[in-house]
Amino acid sequence: MRSDAATTGVITVRVNQRPVRIVNGASVAVAVLAAQSACRISVTGENRAPLCGMGTCFECRVTIDGKAHQRGCQITCIEGMEIRCDE
Amino acid sequence: MKSSLDVLIAGAGIVGAACALELARAKMRVAIVDRSFPASGATGASMGHIVAMDDSEAQFALTRYSQVLWHELRDALPSTIEFDRCGTIWLACDDEELAEARRKHAYYRERGVAAEILDSAAVHDAEPNLKTPMAGGLLVEGDAVVYPPAATAYFLERAAALGATVILDRSVRKLGGSQALLDDGTVISADKLINAAGCCAPELAEGIQVKPRKGHLVITDRYPGMIRHQLVELGYLKSAHSVTADSVAFNLQPRKTGQILIGSSRQYGAMDERVDTEMVSRMLHRAFEFVPKLESLSAIRVWTGFRPATPDSLPLIGPWEKDPSVLLATGHEGLGITTSLATAKLIRAHIDGSEPAIPLAPYLPSRHILAEIHA
Repeated sequence: MRSDAATTGVITVRVNQRPVRIVNGASVAVAVLAAQSACRISVTGENRAPLCGMGTCFECRVTIDGKAHQRGCQITCIEGMEIRCDE
Repeated sequence: MKSSLDVLIAGAGIVGAACALELARAKMRVAIVDRSFPASGATGASMGHIVAMDDSEAQFALTRYSQVLWHELRDALPSTIEFDRCGTIWLACDDEELAEARRKHAYYRERGVAAEILDSAAVHDAEPNLKTPMAGGLLVEGDAVVYPPAATAYFLERAAALGATVILDRSVRKLGGSQALLDDGTVISADKLINAAGCCAPELAEGIQVKPRKGHLVITDRYPGMIRHQLVELGYLKSAHSVTADSVAFNLQPRKTGQILIGSSRQYGAMDERVDTEMVSRMLHRAFEFVPKLESLSAIRVWTGFRPATPDSLPLIGPWEKDPSVLLATGHEGLGITTSLATAKLIRAHIDGSEPAIPLAPYLPSRHILAEIHA
């Protein structure tokens, strides 16, 4: 589908300290799903995952490079990015 | 004619709800009416800081008595109320404020309130995210935090279980002569009528000195551990007491969820409930000065509310001089969550003629008239 994926290849990010290989251009939310992790845990202890995929529902919040509550669906993965879903 | 009710309460904020529970416990037949839903006024807009305050002896007596009552209740409170004995640190930015911290320390200690002076290093050990250096601070360990709407709902639920009637979405149009007239034309008779309508209280008791004082609050997303105590600048005392100018002061509260509640602002004469972005901006920048990391956090909600303020910053508790069937329980300004429990005890003592734990006189509505006569 994405012609640039073939040319720019695959990158590696870390989700909860484990490496995840993902197509360059993918969102952080996709990397988290690829790692089979929930994005966050709600205040009542439930696992949460992306709902709207367009930055509105805030269910995909993760910690990126130490910065908490970033919307995973709105941010593109960068090589070496540290994504935490357990904070 | 004997009324079927002993007491009707207008207003289901935390003060009305606490009165309903206290009077239901005293086996009185109680009804409580709210024009909207419980805690829909000042209670729902408030921080829920349970704090001993020392602006005057009367204010100290009421807040301290209330704080002890909250601590007695804490084990019975459901977890939804989020009772957290986080303590308060009053922060001193300079030597002048540190002298004020020492004065406050001595005042509390003389009256049996556990408090401790923190030097600059101790403040930073207690709160590593505060700017450096602070001159020092005063830690008051017994201060706590609750979630006011949940506390109100709990008091009403307990009152209802003891037989109280809770009537919501009904305005009280008139309150007097042992009768309440509701907006649907219903007339309810009760021996005593309690006006606990907060900022709306003057609509039912013409001429009482209660005026709305607008405030803003901001709440962040969850950042557990960012702060550990309720943090208030001692400069707050300078700004909070100005009755003319709009003011902001640093007042930060950790919630059990990890969220951070950011206050505070005070405005007289601002009747518009919309968010005033200039006030919010001033309030946030004051907070950033104390905790620079706040600037990078996500805020998820901003709201406003109106404190029911009186000219001498003390609530109106007790009989209204214009109608002996009416008791006032309003004017708690920014301390209503703390003082709700003592207010309910004082109202109960007044109704059943028992000796109150603290004197009622400083809070009697008639003090304003006496002050005018003696002026």
